[in-house]
Amino acid sequence: MRFGLTLLIVVLTAVLLIAGWVQAGGMKLRAERAASTPEEAVRALLADIQGHNWEHAYALLDHANDIQKTDFIRDIAGTDGSLRTYSSLQSFDIWPVHADATHATLRVRMNWSSAVGSLDDVRDWPVVRDGSVWKVVWPKPNFANVPLQVLPVNYLRWDVIGKRSDEFGSAAVDSPQVRIISMNAVERPDSVVIVGEVENEDTVPAYLNVSATLLKPDGSPLAKQDSFDEIAHSLLPKQVSPYRIDFPGIRLNQVKSVRMDVHPLLVPASADPVISVENQNVNKDALGRTVLKGALINQSGQVVNIAQVLAVFYDSSGKAIWVSDGYVDQALLPQAPVPFAVDIPADVANRMHDYHVVVNHYTAPSA
Amino acid sequence: MRRLIRKLCFAIVCAALPALSQKVAIHAPSSVSAGSSLAITTTGSGSATLYLIGPSRVRKQSIKLGQQVEISGQDVAASGNYRAVTCDSEGCVSAVFQVLPAKPTRLAFMLHPSRVPVSTPKAVNGTALVSDRYHNTVIAPTKVDFHLSLGGESSTRSVQSVRGIAWFEIGSRPKQGALQVVASVDDTAEPRVIQQVAAEACGLRMSAAPSGHLVKLQTDPIRDCAGNPLPDGTIVSFTKTDAAGKSTVDTPIKKEKATAQFEVSGPAHISVACGVVVGNELTLGGRP
Repeated sequence: MRFGLTLLIVVLTAVLLIAGWVQAGGMKLRAERAASTPEEAVRALLADIQGHNWEHAYALLDHANDIQKTDFIRDIAGTDGSLRTYSSLQSFDIWPVHADATHATLRVRMNWSSAVGSLDDVRDWPVVRDGSVWKVVWPKPNFANVPLQVLPVNYLRWDVIGKRSDEFGSAAVDSPQVRIISMNAVERPDSVVIVGEVENEDTVPAYLNVSATLLKPDGSPLAKQDSFDEIAHSLLPKQVSPYRIDFPGIRLNQVKSVRMDVHPLLVPASADPVISVENQNVNKDALGRTVLKGALINQSGQVVNIAQVLAVFYDSSGKAIWVSDGYVDQALLPQAPVPFAVDIPADVANRMHDYHVVVNHYTAPSA
Repeated sequence: MRRLIRKLCFAIVCAALPALSQKVAIHAPSSVSAGSSLAITTTGSGSATLYLIGPSRVRKQSIKLGQQVEISGQDVAASGNYRAVTCDSEGCVSAVFQVLPAKPTRLAFMLHPSRVPVSTPKAVNGTALVSDRYHNTVIAPTKVDFHLSLGGESSTRSVQSVRGIAWFEIGSRPKQGALQVVASVDDTAEPRVIQQVAAEACGLRMSAAPSGHLVKLQTDPIRDCAGNPLPDGTIVSFTKTDAAGKSTVDTPIKKEKATAQFEVSGPAHISVACGVVVGNELTLGGRP
């Protein structure tokens, strides 16, 4: 009787453990890790990336190209305080592109949740058969190898010092003089969007935000929004930034006029780093979308942790018709090109005649 | 009979009361200067209370009727209308006088803006508020001198204040630098400085030095139309278009010039701009 009770408890415990494992997706994980098909191999790898299980993910790779584990982790998890280091893989989609008996190519769209919102990363992964299992061939990352050198950095820096005097009219410094140089209200399928450009006309740096108020025919406000992160907030003297202000759920026929406001502040700033935008081209991406691609090169000596690309598109008359933005999830190391791509809506791509790209950047304060 | 006598006495007292109250009177000068002491005279006898009611304070003091009451300058520092009221057991009498602003000894001077591009019409304005040492606005017309100096040049313009305010408006000078404006009234002077800065770039030009697959670009010294150099840190945009696509770089001016370097593949078209000012364009490796 006593033995029977012990046996019952052991059996019950085992059943509960198995139930918990199944409930936690153990069966699915096991199937994914079995990698008996190219898709299962990719799913297994993505499941490990999602769980930050780098050791096991690396074990699932084909090592014919001699990829090092540190390079793989650096490539997928990010380094140098880049946006990828603040991201985690939220979801993914897989499509087969090509498959034969020993080789296959799968297109993967990874959706990363990051500090600045969700980011899509589309890649084509080759998969090869290795005995009874399939393994992903991780493309060997081509990390920049800048030779040791001394780079003199002597760009200007502006500081704001002192405090406002209590005496009337004395020691006051005006806010920077900025000007909205263009504004265009665009109707989108689900929103009204205000796009344009703003210039810092002053000789000192400005931190600015642009806001717009849509007015009804009777002059009362319909909605008010600001440019949030669709603008380069810090503008050096004579620098021009595009801006975009979204009004979701509003139609253009509801709007009589638009009131624009720009709010500049005097801030300390540095003319460093200088980031060039190289080899910009309008192409189709792997999903068939029109994108503006190029590469960013950090010409300064310090690492830029997070970069954002803002692109303004003009029609044939030079009017701004759209502003796109995209974050780069790699850090910009000195002198090393980093690719970027920003989406262009199909209707904008048809009407677009020219474009201009500016780079917004964030650099973590050094310790 | 007794009732008749009582009524008669009452009538006599009633008739005498106005005569008694007329004995208490108060006199003050019609106007005094702010901060100057004054004397208020009273008539009558006995003790009373004097109330001095001004625009910013009220003062109460016991006085002896028939004697002069000295009011110190501090009690009439604020300009405006004052009322001196004397009350005794019989009632109150009052006198009104005016305190006028004293001699102008203070200037509140506001010069706007703190930075201004050169050669901009009606860009600089200054406003001076004239007041005495007690911060009373001097309403009477007062001549205020505005002395302007920039580098070696200087000029003065005199403006008559209207209701305590004197102002001027001028265009900025064509030369950049610190424009000092001193507002003065008699011995009082208030200096302010604004920075005249370079205006938009004028005649922006660059030159290219090809070197293999690289091209080095450098602008001529970047100046405005009056010849003032644009300050270091001003952004200049270079754009190159070739077979590889379009490349741009926003680079700051250093020592009056901006430089950039691009890789070129095949014929290239290069342009330069500073803000909304577009400079020259170059064509490399092809027909100009």
